[in-house]
Amino acid sequence: MPRIVFTDSGGRRLEINAPLGITLMEAARQHGVPGVVAQCGGACACATCHVYIDPAWLAKLQPREDMEEGMLESAWEPRDNSRLSCQIHITADLDGLEVTVPERQRET
Amino acid sequence: MISTILIIGGGQAGAQAIDTLRREGFGGRLVLIGDEPELPYQRPPLSKKFLSGEMAADRLLFRHRSFYDEHRVELRLGRRAVRLDPAARQVELADGETLAYDRLLLCLGAQSRRLTCPGAALAGVHYLRGLADVPPIQAGFKPGAKVLIIGGGYIGLETAATCRKMGCEVTVLEMADRVMNRVVAPSVSQYFAGEHGTHGVAIICDTRVIRLEGAGRVERVVCADGSDHAADLVIVGVGAVATTELASAAGLACDNGIVVDEYCRTSDPAIYAAGDCTNHPSLRFGRRVRLESVDNAFEQAKTAALNMLDRAVAHDRVPWFWSDQFDNKLLIVGLSQDYDAQVLRGDPASRSFSVCYLKGRELLAVEAVNHSKDYMAARKLIAERALLRVDRLADSELALKDAI
Repeated sequence: MPRIVFTDSGGRRLEINAPLGITLMEAARQHGVPGVVAQCGGACACATCHVYIDPAWLAKLQPREDMEEGMLESAWEPRDNSRLSCQIHITADLDGLEVTVPERQRET
Repeated sequence: MISTILIIGGGQAGAQAIDTLRREGFGGRLVLIGDEPELPYQRPPLSKKFLSGEMAADRLLFRHRSFYDEHRVELRLGRRAVRLDPAARQVELADGETLAYDRLLLCLGAQSRRLTCPGAALAGVHYLRGLADVPPIQAGFKPGAKVLIIGGGYIGLETAATCRKMGCEVTVLEMADRVMNRVVAPSVSQYFAGEHGTHGVAIICDTRVIRLEGAGRVERVVCADGSDHAADLVIVGVGAVATTELASAAGLACDNGIVVDEYCRTSDPAIYAAGDCTNHPSLRFGRRVRLESVDNAFEQAKTAALNMLDRAVAHDRVPWFWSDQFDNKLLIVGLSQDYDAQVLRGDPASRSFSVCYLKGRELLAVEAVNHSKDYMAARKLIAERALLRVDRLADSELALKDAI
């Protein structure tokens, strides 16, 4: 199982093992990673599973599709390396992926 | 001193309440009672990727069992609460166990409205609400199987799309003159009807089912105009009703749902309610509503949990909804009643557009088809009661967020 490292806004690190075939959001939720709310459960309808991907890893991910792009525009403090974790599927080549959880998720 | 909190109902709201209660430091006894045997799971995929088999059952769970163990949640799953005694602050389960509470949260959800016409009880007639409803429907998925769907709302259309993907011949019968007529604008209905047609789903509107026929098992659906439709499988999606029996029998105020205030309190000070089962005030829209929505269940459960811990927090949210049909995503935010103008943004032929509902210059609701930018912008604009530049709204080149 690929190992994923989450870092929260306070710098605390949490390493998890993520099963193949699920999404990064689901892996985070299974392990109770704080700050990944995922209110809609992965339907790309709420932007509350927003994370920052270590720029070194961005090229390994499928690019954002239009719907995700539009959601991220209104996420909490979006950056160039912002992604919705529900749109990232865990694959073997993501072993070691570094992810930062934003200070908060959008609320309206 | 609040030492025991009981939650009845293990859906979205029940699961969220547990999360919030423990996160906010409630250290007492916490018991979850649910009549389904499964750990709390997500319902939306039941008509979509779970029905098609793309998503395994363990991916439906909000949390794995270890979470409930770690957070000291006593699970009473597959157990039905049959009696609530507010005076004694006790709940009785069907097997006779009695549980006392200091605070009780009712997350009873809603149940499928049943068909009442002759033949409604025949084998092969299905509803889609819980996990247990799925395997009998899947058993009927055979290439060319004739699936007849009664009701062209969210559930009917999502299920129609999935059945079609599974190779079935699908017909949708809708009583109104267009699909999803209670929840979307005519242009959105027309777009989705077109998408279903392109994928080979037959949609018949203005038609009322009067009888189901078959020798023990449904074979035909007969309509008021005399037409009949052969069916191997019938799926009924004609709305839902709030589950209130336990509450009303206990004397709690109920009126199309369990009546709660903005703090999610029922008419009994020790009993709270959240989610699809509630009739609650929408502060933003200034009226009482009952919503069938993941978002509302989540938010009300959070609010109820905080208030059970004596943090006075009002539920004041703009509701939102979504639906996936084929490769289309419908995103809705706000409540569209009481509008005085509808503005179309973008061209439906481009497969990405939205409909804005206005009252004067104020935005009440947006229905966005494959258009997440307008949807996300609208969530903020509606909550803030922003006044829009109505004259420029139809210009889809102008971002909705900048139309103020």
